[in-house]
Amino acid sequence: MKFGGIWRKAGAWAAASALASGAAWANPQPWQLNLTSGVTDTSRQVYGLHMLAFWVCVGIGVVVFGAMIVAMVRFRKSKGAVAETWSHNTKLELVWTVIPVLILISLAWPATRTMIRMTDTSGADMTVKITAYQWKWRYDYVDYQGKPVNRVGFISKLDSENDRVRQLGSGLDPWSLKSADGFDDYLLNVDHPLVLPAGVKVRFVITADDVIHAWWVPQLGWKQDAIPGIVNSQWTQIDEPGIYRGQCAELCGQDHGFMPIVVKAVPKAEFEQWLTAQEAASAVDQAAHTAQTNVPTPAGRG
Amino acid sequence: MATHAATHDHHDEKPQGFLDRWLFTTNHKDIGTLYLVFSFTMVCIGAAMSGVIRAELMKPGLQLVQPYFFNEMTTMHALVMIFGAIMPAFVGLANWMVPLMIGAPDMALPRMNNWSFWILPFAFVLLLSTLFMPGGAPAGGWTMYPPLVLQGGNGIAFMIFAIHLMGISSIMGAINIIATILNMRAPGMDLLKMPVFVWSWLITAFLLIAVLPVLAGAVTMLLTDKYFGTSFFNAAGGGDPVMYQHIFWFFGHPEVYIMILPAFGIISEIVPTFARKPLFGYKAMVYALACIAFLSFIVWAHHMFTVGMPLGGELFFMYATMLIAVPTGVKVFNWLTTMWRGSLTFETPMLWAIAFVILFTIGGFSGVMTAVVPADFQYQDTYFVVAHFHYVLVTGALFSIIGAIYYWWPKWTGRMYNDKWGKIHFWWSVVFANVLFFPQHFLGLAGMPRRIPDYNVAFADFNFISSIGAFGMFFTPFMFFFILWHSKRHGAKADARAWDGARGLEWTVPSPAPYHTFSTPPLVDDSLLAHGDVSH
Repeated sequence: MKFGGIWRKAGAWAAASALASGAAWANPQPWQLNLTSGVTDTSRQVYGLHMLAFWVCVGIGVVVFGAMIVAMVRFRKSKGAVAETWSHNTKLELVWTVIPVLILISLAWPATRTMIRMTDTSGADMTVKITAYQWKWRYDYVDYQGKPVNRVGFISKLDSENDRVRQLGSGLDPWSLKSADGFDDYLLNVDHPLVLPAGVKVRFVITADDVIHAWWVPQLGWKQDAIPGIVNSQWTQIDEPGIYRGQCAELCGQDHGFMPIVVKAVPKAEFEQWLTAQEAASAVDQAAHTAQTNVPTPAGRG
Repeated sequence: MATHAATHDHHDEKPQGFLDRWLFTTNHKDIGTLYLVFSFTMVCIGAAMSGVIRAELMKPGLQLVQPYFFNEMTTMHALVMIFGAIMPAFVGLANWMVPLMIGAPDMALPRMNNWSFWILPFAFVLLLSTLFMPGGAPAGGWTMYPPLVLQGGNGIAFMIFAIHLMGISSIMGAINIIATILNMRAPGMDLLKMPVFVWSWLITAFLLIAVLPVLAGAVTMLLTDKYFGTSFFNAAGGGDPVMYQHIFWFFGHPEVYIMILPAFGIISEIVPTFARKPLFGYKAMVYALACIAFLSFIVWAHHMFTVGMPLGGELFFMYATMLIAVPTGVKVFNWLTTMWRGSLTFETPMLWAIAFVILFTIGGFSGVMTAVVPADFQYQDTYFVVAHFHYVLVTGALFSIIGAIYYWWPKWTGRMYNDKWGKIHFWWSVVFANVLFFPQHFLGLAGMPRRIPDYNVAFADFNFISSIGAFGMFFTPFMFFFILWHSKRHGAKADARAWDGARGLEWTVPSPAPYHTFSTPPLVDDSLLAHGDVSH
C-alpha cells in the first residue's frame, strides 16, 4: 500500500475512529488513532484510565481554549474594547487551585487501584523467564502448575525473510510480507513465537544479558525494562487465543528497531500438548548430547 | 526619569575592532547577542539532524542511513537542541533583558559573563567533532544510559568533556544572573516588583546550580566506568545500571523546567503588553514558579516508571507529578484572565505567545496522561512521549524564544520588522509544527516505539504526514533570519516604547538601547511595571 489512495484511507480512518473506543485489534492498524483495550483485564483497566485521563483533558481543553477564543473575539482593540485595570481576584484564584486538585484526586484514585493490582504477581500458575540480548529474546519456561518444566527454552528473533527486506538498499517491498492471517507483519514477525496458554496467570521474570531492553506487547497492557543484573517481574492473563505482537521499547543499539516480540496464545489443552512435546524433544536432544560426549575416543586419536 | 538618566550615558563607546568588540566583550548586550547567534546556529544544525531522522522515517524500509547512524542523529539532535539551542537562547535573553528590566548597568560579573559564553563554542566543537571520528558520534540516546552508551567509541569521552564544559558555562551564567538580580536592582525595584521574566530566571538559575553538578557527576562516573575500570553502573562488577537513571533524571527533570520556566516569564511579559492590562495574579504567578521549581526535584522517577520500582515508589512519583499540574494550571488560567476584558491586538509577538499558551497546554495534557502510572506502562518510550516533549519544547520553549525575539527586537536594534512577514512566519510554523508533532500521538498510541529507524507498515501514513511537517518546519529558521536581516537593514525606526501597551524599565531607554544603560540607577515608578500595582 502506498500513500496514494488517500480517500480510501480516509474512509478507513473514519471507521477506525468509530471503532476507537471499543474494538480490540490484535495488532497495529493503518491510521490507528488510539490505544486498543487489549486482551487482558489489566490492559482493559489501563485503557479505561487512558480514556478517563483523555476525556478529563478534553474537558479542561474545551473550557480553557473556549474561553481564550471568546476573549480573542470579544476583547479586541479593533472592536473598541477598553482594557480593565483589575489585576487579581483571590477567590477566583483559590477556585482554580482547588478544582484541579479534586480532578487529579479523581484520576489518582483509580490509577492507584489498578497499579496495586498490576504489581501483584502472586498466585501465578506458570513462570516464564525472559532474557534480552542484542538483538533477540530468550524465553525459558521455568514452571507450570507448580511443577518445574524440564529444559524448555529457545531464542526468538526477527525472522529471516524480514531481516532480508529490512536491510538498507534491499530494494524489497515492506508491504510484500504477510502473516498467515493476512497481517502486514513487516518487522513484527519472529522465527519462534512465545507460546502461552490462554486463561492462565503467567508470571514473567525479566532480565537482560548485555544492555537494557524493554519487553512490550501493547495488547497485554504494559512494558517492562529488561536490565542486566536485575530481575523484574510482571504478569499477564490472556483471555483469548491469538497472535499478539510487540517489540523492544528501550534503545538497545543499532538493531533496536529490529527486535520484535510475538506471543502466540493458545487454548490450555493445546498448550499442555505443546509443552509436553517440547519437553520430550529436549529430553531426546539431551540424551543425544550425553551420548555424544560419552563416545569413547578412538585409540590413537588425541 | 529613567530616560533622562539613560540618554545622558556616554553611550556609543563600543570597542572598534571586531575581536575587541566580540571576543573580549564584557557588555551584557553584546554577550546576549552572542548567545542568541550561537543558539541560532545550533538550531540550524539540530534541525538538519532532525531532517535526516524524518527523511529516513518518511517511508517504511531503510532508504537513506544505517541504523547506527540514525541513532547517532537522534542522540546528537537532542544534545544540540537542548544544550546548544534552547538553553543558550534563554541565557542570551537573560543577558540582554535582566539588567534592562531591573535597572542595572550590566551583569554583576561581566568578565565571567564573557567566559561563560566563550566556553560554549569549544564545547560544541568537541561534541560535533565526534561525527567525524572513527566509531562515530555517541549513539546511546541523549540520556546516555549505561551499559549501552559505554559500547560507543571514544566519541563518548568527547561528549562527556563537552557536557562538562556546557555545565561549567551554565553554572557560571547562573551565578552571574543570581548575583545580578540580588545585588544590582535599582532602588525601589523590590523582589516582589520584579518583572516575572526576571523572577523566572532567578528561580531557573538556582535550578541550574543545583542540578548541573549532578549531571557532571553522572557523566564522570560513565567516564571512569569506561576508561578506569570502575563499576558504578556495571552489574557484573557490583554496580547498578538503574542508579545511573536515578542520578541522571535527578538532573533531567529540573532540566526540563530550566527549559520552560524562562518561557513562562516571557509569556508573562508579552501577554499583558498586547492585552493592555496588568498581568493577572502577579504574586500567584511568582509563587507558582517557585512551586514548580520545588516539585521538579521530587518527580524524577516518572521518567523511569517501567524500570521496576517498588509499588510505593511508583505511587509517590505519580502523585508528585500530578501535583505539578496545579501550579502550571494557575499560570495558564492567569494568562487567560490577563487577556479577559483587555484590549487585545495581535502583533507578531502576541501570536507566538497565544500559540504558546494553547500548544504548551496540549503538551501539558499529555504530561498529565503520562503521569498516570498504569497508563504510562503503555506510553513509556513510544512516539506518544516524543509528541509530548516536542509540544513542550518546540511549540513551548522554542515558540516563546521566537516570540521574545520579535518582542524585544525593536529595543535591541531600534528597527521594526515587517509585521506581515512575521505573521506568515508564525502561521507557517504553527501549521507545520502541528502537522509534524500531532500525528506522533497517534503513532505512539498505536504502538510505535521511539528511537527506531524503521517500522511496521501500519505506521506508514502518519509517519509520512509527520515528515511533511518536518520538511515544512525546516524552512522556518531561514524565514526568521530573512525577516530579521531585512528589518536590520530596512526596518522602520522603532520608538523607545515600541509597543504602546509595553510596560517595564526596558521601554524607558531609547531604541536601540545604548551600549551602556542605567549608569545612574533609574527611579522605579510602579505604574510603569507590567503587573501594575502589586501592593495588595
